[in-house]
Amino acid sequence: MLQFLVRRLIGAVVIMFLIGAFTFFLFYTVPQDFAQLSCGKNCSPENIAVIRENLGLDKPITTQFWEFMRGIVAGRDFAVGHCSAPCLGQSFDTGDFVWDSIMDRFPLTLSLTVGSLVIFLVIGLGSGMLAAWKRGTVVDKAVSGASMVLSSFQIYFLGPIVLGIFVYSTGWMDNPKYVPFLESPIDWAVALLIPWAVMATIFTAQYTRMSRSTMIEQLQEEHVRTARAKGMPQRYVFFRYAWRGSLAPIVTILGMDLSGLLAGGVVTEFTFDLAGIGRLAVDSSMSKDLPVTMGVMLFGAFFILLLNIVVDLAYAYIDPRVRLA
Amino acid sequence: MTTLTKTEDTPAPTGPEAFLSVRDLRVRFSTEDGIVNAVDGLSFDVERGKTLGIVGESGSGKSVTNLAVLGLHNPQSSKVEGDIILDGQNLTATSEKQMEKIRGNKAAMIFQDALTALSPYYTVGRQLSEPFRKHTGASRKEAKARAVEMLTKVGIPQANMRFDDYPHQFSGGMRQRVMIAMALMCDPELLIADEPTTALDVTVQAQILDLLKDLQQEFGSAIIFITHDLGVIANMADDLLVMYAGRAVERGSVREVLRAPEHPYTWGLLSSMPRLGGDINEALLPIPGSPPSLLNPPSGCAFHPRCAFTDKVSGSLCSGERPSLGDGRASACHLTPEQKQTIFIDHIKPRLG
Repeated sequence: MLQFLVRRLIGAVVIMFLIGAFTFFLFYTVPQDFAQLSCGKNCSPENIAVIRENLGLDKPITTQFWEFMRGIVAGRDFAVGHCSAPCLGQSFDTGDFVWDSIMDRFPLTLSLTVGSLVIFLVIGLGSGMLAAWKRGTVVDKAVSGASMVLSSFQIYFLGPIVLGIFVYSTGWMDNPKYVPFLESPIDWAVALLIPWAVMATIFTAQYTRMSRSTMIEQLQEEHVRTARAKGMPQRYVFFRYAWRGSLAPIVTILGMDLSGLLAGGVVTEFTFDLAGIGRLAVDSSMSKDLPVTMGVMLFGAFFILLLNIVVDLAYAYIDPRVRLA
Repeated sequence: MTTLTKTEDTPAPTGPEAFLSVRDLRVRFSTEDGIVNAVDGLSFDVERGKTLGIVGESGSGKSVTNLAVLGLHNPQSSKVEGDIILDGQNLTATSEKQMEKIRGNKAAMIFQDALTALSPYYTVGRQLSEPFRKHTGASRKEAKARAVEMLTKVGIPQANMRFDDYPHQFSGGMRQRVMIAMALMCDPELLIADEPTTALDVTVQAQILDLLKDLQQEFGSAIIFITHDLGVIANMADDLLVMYAGRAVERGSVREVLRAPEHPYTWGLLSSMPRLGGDINEALLPIPGSPPSLLNPPSGCAFHPRCAFTDKVSGSLCSGERPSLGDGRASACHLTPEQKQTIFIDHIKPRLG
């Protein structure tokens, strides 16, 4: 198991390096003078030369690549000061260090992810299992029908409706905003309740359908019948034997959804006018602020790799047949 | 044997010694295409310490019958009618809660494919201990001792160390032994073995059959042995029931049925079996046609479209009227006993060698 983990971690580091290299060189194929971009209009050639030197753009590209990579591991020094590891460079637009900008935005993205995750996992898996348990009854039909309708909704459709009702018409709630969790956990939750509910609604619908169908599939497995033939109570068979097997496909999808959410939900953030990682990615690419774009991309890639490993570990935990492989 | 009068089955004799007695069992599934009569008026008895073999093609209702005995059909999609009397208790009228107390305890089942029939997610030890703890209220430690004892009994070496292994860590034969050990955990009085050796190679098969016989002698259990292997049946069973299209077509002791079969379907089964000493150029004689659709079974005798002897029966009896199965040694066929005997001796027996 440990060996497996080490192997996966080394693999992840290699992939991160390749993604870094790829984005870096892609970056330099863009036919733009970055010093010019950074300087803006009405910029004297002297200014450009200074900026070029400050950003290290006067050095050969291989040296720049080495410095970029080294910066991620060991930090690096810019004209404005030391950028400590993991240093992803400096924004052309604001001059802020990219890592700091990301860390400014990340708490919101993390809050959106965790909040909606809890809701959609509990309700989604729960209602899916209920529908499978009551298969063919009114309960099943109601749950399946509702999830079918809801899963065809989009955040940018449902979001404005909910905002319209709860914020603009009735004034029951304020516009969603980010309140740091440590400042006031209650305000934090209240302020994000609407985006959570909207995100969770759509995800819940998907997880309900998935959990229902995997449960029904598992309930038809022969080993589930064997458990019943041994005289184990129906509830026990359902929760121990069938549920265990239904988890593997759900964990796979969950890993993909989670890495997507952590890398920044662009649509959610724009719908509720919140500034998270997704917003940062869009803004930076609109203003051609390439270090930030690259930083966000690497950050997202990191979560995808991390969650892949977590999913594999979860798989091994769920299914002993995977452990020895 | 005058069976040309009634279409309804007369019940087989209910001896006081019958431990399991199934009467006029009907299992129906509602599917999108209509109602499937998977078992249609089946009656049989099994005595303590005896083995009843059930043979028949795939889809003849063997497994469906036995799942019905343990009440394992989904009540939403199926309907089970008739009486299943186990030791005086009618199982078709027993609540699910009560059935849970019988399953794995008084009546246990061995499934065909242990790879899919054992849960991949839990250790063999846990899967063995669970029913024992539930039915006897034993502690974890007692259950483990019992599980190790049973694993040893079915011939698993170092059972103590294998207790915490998962099913996929066992070989096919060992897994089947685990399956048997699991069924025997609570000393069941009725053991249903649904093709327990079909997936195994012959040497392992022989070991497992011996094992089942030993265990039967030790515990005096009644066994229902389902298979389509007549060789295994000859070795294992005391009585034999031949099923076709959800009904019993022939019943008797194994010796009677295999030595002097009376039903054309049984003749077909025996003729399609290869013989070890047979001539290599001698063709096997499969039964022509395919098993009937249970959605829309043939009229009269369900076997008549595939039967080679319908011309020996006067009129359109075969396609018009369903032959009934008499008591005791019997076969459900419109041929007269004399005809059956003549045809068997003249046409069938020479082929069987």
